[in-house]
Parts: sequence; structure tokens; C-alpha cells
Amino acid sequence: MPHVKCLRCRECGSEYPIEPLNACEFCFGPLEVEYDYESISKAVSRESIAAGPNTMWRYHDFLPVDRELAIDISTGFTPLIHAKNLGSQLGLDKLYIKNDSVNPTYSFKDRPVSVTTTKALEFEFEVLACVSTGNLMGSVAAHGAKAGMKTMVFYPADLEQGKIQGAAVYGPTMVAVTGNYDHANRFCSELADNHRWAFVNINMRPFYAEGSKTLGYEVAEQLGWKAPDHCVVPGASGELHTKIWKGLQEFNDIGLIKNLKTKMHLAQPEGCSPIVGAFETGSDHVTPVRPETLAKSLAIGNPAAGPYSLEVLKETDGTGVYAEENTIIDGIKLLAETEGIFTETAGGVVISSLKKLVEQGKIKRDEVTVAYVTGNGLKTMEAMGDFVEPIQTTPDYETFQTALAAAQKS
Amino acid sequence: MSTKRVRFTFPSELIKEPVIYKLGIDFEIVTNIRRADVRDSMGWVVLELEGDDEIIKNGLDWVASTGVRVDPVGGDIIEG
Repeated sequence: MPHVKCLRCRECGSEYPIEPLNACEFCFGPLEVEYDYESISKAVSRESIAAGPNTMWRYHDFLPVDRELAIDISTGFTPLIHAKNLGSQLGLDKLYIKNDSVNPTYSFKDRPVSVTTTKALEFEFEVLACVSTGNLMGSVAAHGAKAGMKTMVFYPADLEQGKIQGAAVYGPTMVAVTGNYDHANRFCSELADNHRWAFVNINMRPFYAEGSKTLGYEVAEQLGWKAPDHCVVPGASGELHTKIWKGLQEFNDIGLIKNLKTKMHLAQPEGCSPIVGAFETGSDHVTPVRPETLAKSLAIGNPAAGPYSLEVLKETDGTGVYAEENTIIDGIKLLAETEGIFTETAGGVVISSLKKLVEQGKIKRDEVTVAYVTGNGLKTMEAMGDFVEPIQTTPDYETFQTALAAAQKS
Repeated sequence: MSTKRVRFTFPSELIKEPVIYKLGIDFEIVTNIRRADVRDSMGWVVLELEGDDEIIKNGLDWVASTGVRVDPVGGDIIEG
């Protein structure tokens, strides 16, 4: 861990040693990892990164853990696809999809969890824990298994069976919490105070968040060491949005890319859009909301990084945009039917929001645009509803031909 | 005795209500404000509470019943 200096409060600037802390003792503001960029710039080059593994760990110099200890299940370096078909429909010549749904547990969460699990072992924690409604629990369970740690996964008792099984298969202790969302949130927050467990997004949050920076590095490298003109990022806690920007800034600051002018757009679902709501009213205060959205993976009503995400929107001249709830499935289908990529509801929010941004004239035809698809559609099959209307036929040629002709007419 | 860190978010109609004062007087909870931003249209306060576990729980239930939103300081922790 040669390049890490300290943890620093994002609010008051107080400095802390590298320990499993997430809040400033003085003002209770969130802590963030601070690096020695001079040291990093001496250690890395485009060539040294390109010679690294085809995973997120090719960027280990920018992460707060020792590479040798990494819990690596081959996360990252996911495809950046020139989406010509979708771009043609939307009126964009240089549209790219960053397809992070092909990570080992099928979401971008493998990036922050890989870093956190590594750090948890370094801190000699025996238990890795999280509270989740989907993607995070699967990733924590998988990384805990790989690391040989005891793993505790808390989830709302009414969660869909598919998601429960998708995490349970890795062998964690599964804990179903009854009661409403707020109660579960408060209960798990207290648990983190009372047990010496590595709760990935609570006491380990400063390290957890850093893993998402790799989504910025990868896109820049895959574009030929250039930052895109636009990024469209799904928004839940707002941390992914801020960390992709931090990644691009770090690359720019140490000279790996030049002329960083990326506009960082944020996409939220209409039923849970506290950050976009603040952006639209020009407020610097994110008012918490009660989530009521199809996009469960974006259902964070009180986003921890909301104010910082708002700052990124302002700093980069980005736009906060929400996708109407009834367009989320349309977004999923549009991506699937044009590019052959089946994303979950968060991806549907991104694609529908991207469409709005183009319609609003925020993104021009010849500008390099990257839309982040962060989770796999097989995880949210229930959200798709019953949309299949097959042609019905008996197993004989004439009946089939008649049915096919009728279907083609309608 | 234990401590608890929370964030209160006040809707505009409750900004002038002495909720934190009453929490101290009526529930005998020690309140220690660390950060705050209070305006005409909204307000939030980050504070630490000190008192008996049960009393803090009752106090927070009362605060929530007034219409003030009560959250853990670090925001929502249930992630998708």
C-alpha cells in the first residue's frame, strides 16, 4: 500500500490513520482515502498499466490495498462496446456501452467488494457483512467465499427468492430482517456499531467506494487513453458517479490522459430521484425520499454521497435526469434489441435517461458518449413482467405458416 | 448509557419547532449538534444523542412521529 497517505473528512478536512473508520469523530462527515499522487505518478505509466492483468487490478497503484493480497475473482476490464445500432436509433455516432454486467457476480459491485474484502483481511477481520437487496449481497457472498471469511448477509425478509438464492449459493449466513425498509436500515446500522465485522458499506465504506474508480480508468484506457465527452451513470447512493469522476481526474492529474472535459450525467428512476430532484431545483441539499421504484438496485432514498454527486454535476456541467417509471422496461428492451445486451432495471434507467439527454440536446451526435450498464438483466426478471406473446402453433407446417402470416399482419 | 449518531431532516413547516430542545427536556437525552444547515425551506441537523438505549429509541420514535425524518448519519446502508 505504498501510495496511500491517510483518510480525510470530506466535510471538515480532519485527517485519520488508515483504519476501519467511516465517519469523522468531529463533524461525523464521511471519510475518503487520500493518496500520494507524486508517488503514483512515478510508479505508473500507460505501458505499465497495459502490461497488467486483464482485470481491475491492473490499476492497483490507485487502490488502497496491497496488490499481492488482492481477493481477485477476475473482476473488471469488462467490454466497452461501440453501440452502433443503439447509437443509430438515438442519433449518436460515437455511443459506447460499458458493459459491467459481465463481472463474476454480474454487477459492478464486484469492484468495490473486491477492494473491501482485501482490506478486511488486511485489518484481520474474520467476518465480512453487508445489508442488501440484490447485487451487493451476491458479490459479498462470493468474495467472502474466495477469501475464506465468515460472511453475514442481511436482507429484507420479503426479497425475491432468486436474489436470495443467488447469494446463498456461496455459503454465507443469510439473515432475513422483518419490518419496513427504514427499520432494517436503522437496525443494520446499529449492528455495525456493536460487532467487529467488516460491514462493506458502513465501517469499510472509504475503501469500498474506491473500487468504483476503476470504471473511470478502464473507459479512458479503452478509448485509447482519452476521456469521453459524456458519461451517463446510474445513481443510487451517488458514490459510483463521484468515483468514476475521481478516477478520470486522477488519470488526468498524473498525465495518463489530457484535456479532461467530461460531462458527468446522473440517471435516476422517477420513483427514487433525490439527487436529480435537488439538481432540478438548484438546491445543494438532497432531501431524502421514500423509494417507490421498479429499479430496486437504485432504491436509496437517503443517498450517502448525494451532496458530492451534486457537486460533480455542477463541476462538470453534467445533467441530472430521471427516467419515468414506465420507460425503464423500454430502456431494457431497447438495449437488448439493438445491442444484444440484457441489463437489469438500473441499465434501463440509464438507457431511457440517455435518450432524454439526446432529445434535450445535451449530447450531440458526434460526441463520445459512454453509458454505464452496471448489472445483468437475469437478476431482475420479475420486473420484466409477462411481455412475451409467442406465435401459437401445432407441430405441422401449414398451421405454422398460417399463424406466422397472421402474426406478421398484426 | 450509550450514544447514537443521527441526522434529522426538517420539512419547512417544522423548522421553527423546538424538536431538539424537547428531546432533551422531555426524554432527558443529551443532544450534541455537530453539523447543521437550516433555511426557510428545509433544515437538517447531524447530532449525537446520549442516554439510555430504550429512552433514545422512544425519543427517536417521538421525533419521527412529529414529521421530522430520522436517518443514520451515513445515509441509507441497504444497497441494491
